[in-house]
Amino acid sequence: MGCDLVRLTRAIEFSSSLRYARPELSAEQNARLFGRRASQHGHNYRLEVTLRGEPDPVTGMVIDLKHLQELLEREIMARFDHRDLNRDTDFFEKEPPTPENFGRVIERLLLAALPAGSLDRIRLQQDEDLWVDLIEPLP
Amino acid sequence: MIQLTRRYRFPAAHVLAQPSFSAEQNRAIYGKCANPAGHGHNYGIEVTVIGPLDPESGRIIDPDQLDAIFESRIAARFAHRSLNADPAFARRVPTAENLAQVIHSELAPAIEGAGTARLARVRVVETRRNSFVYGEME
Repeated sequence: MGCDLVRLTRAIEFSSSLRYARPELSAEQNARLFGRRASQHGHNYRLEVTLRGEPDPVTGMVIDLKHLQELLEREIMARFDHRDLNRDTDFFEKEPPTPENFGRVIERLLLAALPAGSLDRIRLQQDEDLWVDLIEPLP
Repeated sequence: MIQLTRRYRFPAAHVLAQPSFSAEQNRAIYGKCANPAGHGHNYGIEVTVIGPLDPESGRIIDPDQLDAIFESRIAARFAHRSLNADPAFARRVPTAENLAQVIHSELAPAIEGAGTARLARVRVVETRRNSFVYGEME
């Protein structure tokens, strides 16, 4: 792959509740380490998923957006939308759902579900003023 | 590679004029931005940091700490002020390009001194139609 790479971005939005906690710490220690984020709260997350590839010579598409949307519904929305990240998933039993850790969980899920080499980057926005970008190295 | 970006906002005034030029030359170069009485913007400042995740906190940087650095180094200095009055712009025209470089040079040492994160870049969103970025891109 080289000069004919095209990138496409699809966005989804979902709402989740969460709190930052490490299981080995007491409630007081978690409050000291994480401050107000140790309390139950929530965010309207926005996830932008960027794929890269060369358009199929027949369909002209890098990926069928309908299939991408179905994949995002299954892998992301079903797990996280209107769910509690701590209680309804097992991703944050050992580490807090910071945007960094949550972004890495989503990156893992998408790398496993998408065709190899197709994920370019994700942007996970916790709100309008804070986001993480996870960028996949080119082969 | 993971990057964290935090967006801040502050309103500030400026006049774009090169002091060594005549009023006519400044009007020719900067147009309405050279209005001597000034004008202002709601600046949006996007600060992007990179670095390893702290194993305990699960973070590149504590956003509260980044907020405190931005507040003391940048917002306290530029918010609700005239950029032209700041010593950084005594000899530089307060364009958004120069503002991005000034903010980068102010934040970089403070962020490095705060932990293991490093400032990658600063984006100045001057209006919804103009933005300027200084630093490492990716």
